[in-house]
Amino acid sequence: MQRNPQLNANGELQHLLSIEGLPREVLLQILDTAESFAGVTEREVKKVPILRGKSVFNLFFEASTRTRTTFEIAAKRLSADVINLNIAVSSQSKGESLLDTVANLSAMQADIFVVRHGSSGAPYLIARHVKPHEHVINAGDGRHAHPTQGLLDLYTIRHYKKDFRALRVAIVGDVLHSRVARSLIHGLTTLGAPEVRVIGPQTLLPSGVESLGVRVHHDMRAGLKDCDVVVMLRLQSERMNGALLPSAQEFFKQYGLTLDKLSGAKPDAIVMHPGPMNRGVEIDSSVADGPHSVILPQVTFGIAVRMAVMSIVAGNR
Amino acid sequence: MTRLPDAEKLCEQLVKALRPRVGAKTGMVGLYTGGAWLAERLHKELRIEKPLGLMDIAFYRDDYAARGLKHDPKRTKIPFDVNGAELLLVDDVLYTGRTVRAAMNELFDYGRPASISLVVLADRGGRQLPICAQHCGAELEVPAGMRLALKRDAAGRLALALEPSRAA
Repeated sequence: MQRNPQLNANGELQHLLSIEGLPREVLLQILDTAESFAGVTEREVKKVPILRGKSVFNLFFEASTRTRTTFEIAAKRLSADVINLNIAVSSQSKGESLLDTVANLSAMQADIFVVRHGSSGAPYLIARHVKPHEHVINAGDGRHAHPTQGLLDLYTIRHYKKDFRALRVAIVGDVLHSRVARSLIHGLTTLGAPEVRVIGPQTLLPSGVESLGVRVHHDMRAGLKDCDVVVMLRLQSERMNGALLPSAQEFFKQYGLTLDKLSGAKPDAIVMHPGPMNRGVEIDSSVADGPHSVILPQVTFGIAVRMAVMSIVAGNR
Repeated sequence: MTRLPDAEKLCEQLVKALRPRVGAKTGMVGLYTGGAWLAERLHKELRIEKPLGLMDIAFYRDDYAARGLKHDPKRTKIPFDVNGAELLLVDDVLYTGRTVRAAMNELFDYGRPASISLVVLADRGGRQLPICAQHCGAELEVPAGMRLALKRDAAGRLALALEPSRAA
């Protein structure tokens, strides 16, 4: 049997590449550790010394503000040194290969690579070639995975709902292009959520999505009925120019989350969104800014979750 | 087998010794897990006004590079202002002093206490740092390779126990 590339010989987390294939114990270790770090982020001195002397390289081959910033804050709160590289506009444009870039950074004594890349699998390739003391964290690769976003979604759900085992979770919108949705679905099923629904037009749901253990709905009201958690996905504007959707207005009419549509969910349902939001496309401002929304707490929790992931992987060999 | 003293009796002695020291500025912080149990007991018996603080020093350990984060750390909660407080730092067993060093570092990230005194149920010697306890229930000799730890049963009774130390 091929060993999970994320785990070392003792079954400990060595790299974080995808939630898929991570055992329940590792997911819970990350969530529990993040819980402790959430306490740190509430103090006056929001820093712990655990990664003092370690270097974290943020390798962003694709633009991102929120994810890169929260990784940077997380690393700094762990007392690591952070180096941000916006590779899209440097070496790659000069023709350097991905592995050459990484080898050069490794020669600069890196300990953790946080990688965002447009191609699915790029972080795996890097993880296969780094030295044993170096760790890779996937910050989003192509349409494949965005495990820290999935983990912070799981953290948020556990924070508000305590127990996964009685939850009905709906994931709404562009599942086809969403690496967030995939990561979250794997996490929810591993942690025992009994019912995960995906809601969207046929053209934006991957074929065979049912095989991930989810129920498919094309009707928003039916899909949201009695849900505890509603996760809205970003509709990427570039998708609307293609043949997948008639228009943003049409999408909003059918799948945009309004207070009226949300009224079919449980009265204490929470609404999440990985950001950045398109108000008036996938979500109405009355919901985004309303009492069900936990969208901004998600961002705060994201820091604690990334602190947990970095401090766990950097301690394992 | 070394005969271990009765932890309940040691608790009583500590309460008696600490009582004259407790005042309005006194704050108590217990270290997970054994120190937290002891602190819960002392805090209640001594009727300390400030709510009890509990601390997990996982993020301040000096052996992270060698051991990593092996267990799931508990969340440190210090529900009072550390600035100016006269702190009683509570642990079950004092050994190398490294845990206490880590705990003091963490405490200072919460503020600047007026003072910190160390309270332990048992001191087994073997110090590797210049740290000593101001209030100690008993001094014990424990063979190397053995771990002295506090246990708490379902009824909340405390007892000291010897067990082979976990491999690092």
